[in-house]
Amino acid sequence: MINLEIPNKFKPLVNQAHEVADNVLRPISRKYDVAEHSYPKELDMLASIIDGMNDGSDSGTGATGVRRSSDAGDGSNRNGTNMSTVLSIIEMCWGDVGLLLSMPRQGLGNSAIASVATEEQLEHYGGKWAAMAITEPEAGSDSAAIRTTAEPDEETGEYVLNGEKIFVTSGDRADLIVVWASLDRSKGRAAIKSFIVERSNPGLILDRLEHKLGIRASDTADFRLENCRVPKEALMGSPEIDVKQGFGGAMQTFDNTRPLVAAMAIGVGRAALDETRKRLADAGVEIDYATPAFSQHAAVARFLEMEADWEAARLLTLQAAWMADNGKPNSLQASIAKAKAGRICVEVTLGCVELCGSVGYGENELLEKWARDAKILDIFEGTQQIQLLIIARQLLGKSSAELR
Amino acid sequence: MNQASKGIAERSMGMGLRALNRLAGSDALDRVGARKPMERVLYKATKNGFRSATAASRAFKAAQKLSKPARQAIAKPRALFDLTPDDEQQMLQEAVRDFASEKVRPAAHDADAACATPPELLAQANEFGVNMLGVPEELGGVMAEQAAVSNVLIAEALAHGDMGIAYAALAPGAVASVIGRFGDAEQQASYLPSFTGEEVPAAALAMLEPRPLFDPLKLDTKAKRDGADWVLDGAKSLIARPGECELFVIAAQAEGIGPALFVVESSTSGLSVQAEPAMGLRAATTGRLVLEGVRVGASALLAEGSGDAYLECVQRARIAWCALAVGSAQAVLDYVIPYVNDRSAFGEPISNRQAVAFAVSDIGIETDAMRLSTYRAASRADQGKDFAREAALARRLCAAKAMRIGSDGVQLLGGHGYVKEHPVERWYRDLRAAGVMEGALLV
Repeated sequence: MINLEIPNKFKPLVNQAHEVADNVLRPISRKYDVAEHSYPKELDMLASIIDGMNDGSDSGTGATGVRRSSDAGDGSNRNGTNMSTVLSIIEMCWGDVGLLLSMPRQGLGNSAIASVATEEQLEHYGGKWAAMAITEPEAGSDSAAIRTTAEPDEETGEYVLNGEKIFVTSGDRADLIVVWASLDRSKGRAAIKSFIVERSNPGLILDRLEHKLGIRASDTADFRLENCRVPKEALMGSPEIDVKQGFGGAMQTFDNTRPLVAAMAIGVGRAALDETRKRLADAGVEIDYATPAFSQHAAVARFLEMEADWEAARLLTLQAAWMADNGKPNSLQASIAKAKAGRICVEVTLGCVELCGSVGYGENELLEKWARDAKILDIFEGTQQIQLLIIARQLLGKSSAELR
Repeated sequence: MNQASKGIAERSMGMGLRALNRLAGSDALDRVGARKPMERVLYKATKNGFRSATAASRAFKAAQKLSKPARQAIAKPRALFDLTPDDEQQMLQEAVRDFASEKVRPAAHDADAACATPPELLAQANEFGVNMLGVPEELGGVMAEQAAVSNVLIAEALAHGDMGIAYAALAPGAVASVIGRFGDAEQQASYLPSFTGEEVPAAALAMLEPRPLFDPLKLDTKAKRDGADWVLDGAKSLIARPGECELFVIAAQAEGIGPALFVVESSTSGLSVQAEPAMGLRAATTGRLVLEGVRVGASALLAEGSGDAYLECVQRARIAWCALAVGSAQAVLDYVIPYVNDRSAFGEPISNRQAVAFAVSDIGIETDAMRLSTYRAASRADQGKDFAREAALARRLCAAKAMRIGSDGVQLLGGHGYVKEHPVERWYRDLRAAGVMEGALLV
């Protein structure tokens, strides 16, 4: 039965997340945008609350809510943790996306662990804050070109990691780093595995923290891995190099995390739209949904265009999460959501700056900050162009060798 | 107004049209292969300023007395987010999809060229019940609850076959739905029974007017009070098959009320029809309805002139046009995929190039975006929730993206897309309608 409304059972969660965003994140939003690299200590208390929310509800929230459900197979419909996670992220990022990314124990590494780890690994690494280290100086979107190596040490049974990782979100603050490395560089993608590395590991050396355009509350770290030894249990998924299955294991994470990044974009976009609607109303321009766009003020026509794109991106994001909750393969829809949300978030936030003029552009308000924050959402977890590639391959039935 | 009170010239024109119509409906033309030349001649004639009388309407008489108007129930609010149509909707959807691919698509090229949809195709579409989705059960309808989502699914599936034919096929249902939703007991009893049978009258919800920046809330068509009567003057644009319509619901600025809807039978004097062929939607034989001193009784006013009812019609119509755009956009996507995979240039399929592949991705993204926005608006309508915002956003999105998809569809086929050997040039023309049309259809 087609229905695209948020189910009532998630409304308390959404309200709660909105209250947090409004009362905790917004008031410190500018502070940590200015004070880049200083730790937002206000978040420690908040993180405990979120842990409590996760444990206390069967619907879950947060980054670990993305563990996939299997299809019930009876045609029944489920709204589960993928959806509730998306909903709470939207609200939190309406508050501040940089701070959400800095939220202890809510890293993308946590999502990766939740997606592919075994029950034993979940047990062992649960409750810790995990960052994600994929990108290297010479390998961004082309993650198959990863040079970081993981060599088994037959004597100790450990893996020895060597290489360089950049753009690790929360890399300095997290307890764990999920590192992508190759077991055998001659075997291409299939040999790439993810390893859970303790931040305290002496072989994991912090090089520097980046200065960025936006999401400045979130620390972005560059690391060197020098003979970094991890136990064999640190490898997630199968240690076998299965050329046929290839990248599947590692990439599976993305089907679950892309809707989350799309949700971040939805949250930031709505913040800008809400503020702009208010500012336009103060200026005597009201949005009228009945009168055709072009018979209204030009600002209204622009606003409606942006809101229409935003609404569509939101629904696409919910669709991807709903499919995950119901065990339907959603790789295509996850990329569609990420592509649409990523680009409209940038267009909407920059468009709102223009509509609000110097009020939008100045640092007295947050509109300019949201426009800076927005850009990363069209880049990380797969750039716009990578999403378009993935979507095209699926629609056209092409391999990554045919459509590069 | 009855036939006898019409002028002789006018009447003979009506007679002439009816005779032509009977001929057009018979198999005779097909047997001698004369249908197309004949229609072309006719259309050319109408295009050159030929103004004809509206068709004579059947005798719409109340067969039963209703003590109060019947209404479809509001659906129970759904507990969960869900994108799966229910079983009944899936069956209907599949049946219409088959019909669209087996009958509608193959007829689309010729219907576009002839500016007419074969009557038998319209009759077949009617067999799916597309014109009675808004008729309450008490009056022979089949849907106990409001069925905006079902309407959307059917419109989408039909438009995947052809948007112009879909417009022609669904237009009468809009009139039935308006009367089902807002008609009083008398109006319902008089008009609705004829929409549930096999011989459904051609009918049109006439809202759009021929002027730039048309706003359905500020109509140029006026309804002035004269005693207990209303007198309507103005013009309505891009009506489907206006010359064949027996019944109109006409939007006019009603004196002392604001924009409102009037039920007007086609034999009412003062109505005339002009051909108004357009860029697309040609299979619907679009035309203009001219109103000159059209006098109707007080009972012609729908919903007692309620502004809310009028606004709801405007918004339900927008959802319907979105649904057609979604179906047609999906047709573009389904057509370009095999084409770009098969077409070789520089020694490999052109789809191996990002510039081509990304254009396909964008069509995929935006078609899905349009679909979900449209579904949400329709599902809110069925659940009795306010859907003004959702309908407006879906329309804005579809107006922009449908046009883009139409354009990219042609672009991906290059020169081949520009010629009529492929349907993409037709879709280019049809998809532009998504941002232009108001009224005419209803979910």
